[in-house]
Amino acid sequence: MRTLKTLALSAVVGVLAASTAWAFPDKPISYIIPFGPGGESDITARHQQAFFKGLFGQDLVIEYKPGGSGAVAWAQLNAAKGDGYTIMGINLPHIVIQPRQKDVGYKTDEITGVYMFHYTPDAIVVNKDSDFKTLQDLIDYAKKNPGKVTFSGSGKGTANHLAQVRFDKMAGIKTTYVPFKGTGASVTALLGGQVLASWGYTSVGAKHADKVRLLAVAMNKRHPKLADAPTFKELGFDLVSGAYRGIAVPKSTPEAIRVQLSEMIGKINAMPKFIERMENDGMALLDVDYKGMPAFMAEMTEVYEKAAREAGVIK
Amino acid sequence: MPGIDFLLAALTPLNLLLAFGGVVAGTVVGALPGLTATMAVAVLIPLTFSLEPASALIMMGAIYTGAIYGGAYSAILINTPGTPSAIATTFEGYPMAKRGDGDLAVTLACIASVFGGLVGAAFLLGLAPPLANVALAFGPVEYFWLAIFGLTLIASLSEGNLMKGLIGACLGLLLSCVGVAEISSDIRFTFGTKVLLGGIETVSALIGLYCLPVLIDLVATPGRHLKITHESKGFRFKEALGISWRHKMNLVRSSVIGTIVGILPGAGGSIASLVAYSEARRSSKRSKYFGTGEPEGVQATESANNATVGGGFIPTLVLGIPGTPPDAVILGALLIQGVRTGPNLFTQGEGSIVYTFIFGLFLATILMLPTGLVIGRYAYRTIVTLPKALLVPGVAFMTIIGTYAIRNSVSDVFLMIILGVVGWVLNRFGFSASPIVLGLILGPIAEQGFVQAWTIGAATENLAGMFFGRPISLGIIAFIFISLFYPVVRERWIERRSRRHGT
Repeated sequence: MRTLKTLALSAVVGVLAASTAWAFPDKPISYIIPFGPGGESDITARHQQAFFKGLFGQDLVIEYKPGGSGAVAWAQLNAAKGDGYTIMGINLPHIVIQPRQKDVGYKTDEITGVYMFHYTPDAIVVNKDSDFKTLQDLIDYAKKNPGKVTFSGSGKGTANHLAQVRFDKMAGIKTTYVPFKGTGASVTALLGGQVLASWGYTSVGAKHADKVRLLAVAMNKRHPKLADAPTFKELGFDLVSGAYRGIAVPKSTPEAIRVQLSEMIGKINAMPKFIERMENDGMALLDVDYKGMPAFMAEMTEVYEKAAREAGVIK
Repeated sequence: MPGIDFLLAALTPLNLLLAFGGVVAGTVVGALPGLTATMAVAVLIPLTFSLEPASALIMMGAIYTGAIYGGAYSAILINTPGTPSAIATTFEGYPMAKRGDGDLAVTLACIASVFGGLVGAAFLLGLAPPLANVALAFGPVEYFWLAIFGLTLIASLSEGNLMKGLIGACLGLLLSCVGVAEISSDIRFTFGTKVLLGGIETVSALIGLYCLPVLIDLVATPGRHLKITHESKGFRFKEALGISWRHKMNLVRSSVIGTIVGILPGAGGSIASLVAYSEARRSSKRSKYFGTGEPEGVQATESANNATVGGGFIPTLVLGIPGTPPDAVILGALLIQGVRTGPNLFTQGEGSIVYTFIFGLFLATILMLPTGLVIGRYAYRTIVTLPKALLVPGVAFMTIIGTYAIRNSVSDVFLMIILGVVGWVLNRFGFSASPIVLGLILGPIAEQGFVQAWTIGAATENLAGMFFGRPISLGIIAFIFISLFYPVVRERWIERRSRRHGT
């Protein structure tokens, strides 16, 4: 008797759960970007937005909550309503590094990521007319002139900065990293000849194809749109890194909705047109779904923590 | 040179309508402190998915242009710059409004904005690829000196009150350090609270420091907000046009300054209008009356800040490096459309969309004349005729909504109110808001430039050459000396001359 009751109850619950999942989303979803408009986080979100309505019938509304390099928004994520209608962009290495630097109002484990959908791979960028024709040229010069190779890059404790620290160690060289406010300013410094090279992204190579050369890209395989640029792996350095972007939900969001959101983002990621647009911009797609998040985060946390400690960004 | 067909492509009825709507919406957005062009343009991005890309871009450009002009209303009528670009407009605009010439100031601002906008767009159309190199010639050390130059202008602006101006600027510099540092990602002066983590947002500081003291004074004093000396009789367009014609050199000079500063991605409208203002004041015959409501000041700042629109698009379209935050959003919209920026945009097939856009910008700027005059007159009459009992709560409400809207942040609202009260107290002791705000804006530019220049200089073992050996830097340093010592030298000179005439 008792088992029958439980069975019936669980059936009812199951049906209810299924029906809520079925109804989701029945109104627009707000997608909070923890940075200002016009940056890469915004542009990739806009690429997703363009496909969202067609696939799921509801609008994806992008909102901006900049401040503290994203920390302000992430600190408020769990206070939002966990009904699936508020989602937020998350960025690596930011959410790993920031809470380890100081109390910024959130901890890395308190961020519930449901999907990492792409990364912009790090790359060493030089001007077209640079004397560094290959990565080896740069390494040779740096070995003879310790500290004299200047790299511009976006910010400190960022993907660019940590890649520089890791690569210096791998290649046994010493270079100087000059932080700029964002990738735009960093590229301007490179194009203007203020620095010898830049730790930038593959997207820089795509955007400024006529003016720059990528000496190496931090990917597993060559980027389909930047086939001339070798990977660090090919050249003997085990460096795969970049700015990773994903989507998180408030902690109170039910499991079923988390899974569903994860599937939705995965569906956008599988659209050929979406893939083409992202790759044209020089980005690399990534498919870490809700199930894969814990393992992915654990791995990345270890890598970034180590690099940041070596860089002196965290103690 | 682009052909007439692009002009015709820009002139479809739909585009005209979008440009018109964009200018009107932009003017309103710019006039309301807290609503920014960046935000208004970003909200429109989804439209570019369904509209023809060129049309969507025209609308975005129109909103941007309108918003920069709209910032002048609140600067003139309630002493609150709606955008940082309009800070220097308060210097002469508000005194003009106080003495009853608010309608004249608004009309002058409209003419100057249209003129500046056209000059900026003309440079964009004709000389964009070569001029884009200016953006590349400016390295960290140049930005450092440029920011220092901006800070010395504060000194020349607060003539007679130099110490107080400098103290205000230092306070602004300190405030700019609060929060997560932009490039070093250190966390500074937060005193353990999360409220200060995001730093002090410039526009909310503008609203607090400028607008709240005005509101407090409105409540504390019995008189009217603005004096009415005459029956409101039209736009005073002829009078304004006459003044504009008399000071046409001022307009030209300010517009060129605005275009060039606009090209520099790290600078922006606030610096452009400040530099244009101080140049106008230096070269004016009536320079000693500046600060008491001189029309030339309004002309200089408003033509310069609208010229930055066209100037800012130069590095955006040629190099893919956005000149200003709204440019960054528009560049993003272009990327989503699959348009690749670069010098090719101006020569090859893809050129059409860019030229249609540039002609659209011309169109929007011209449309700004009639719409700006009408909206300006309406804004003026509203502010003048509204009884205090409605004006004060209305403006107070807007300050709170506007501050919240910038970053969707409640802590910004509290910071705004605190800064406002502090600003009011400081005002009583003769410290004005402008040096504080300029310190807040210029602080990060100076800091980043210094850190970067130092790092590069140390790495290449050439620190002295880095800071003092580059031609553009030396030029800016020369300007710094001029702006620091000109007021002193001039005073001595006038004194000596009057003494000679006396005997």
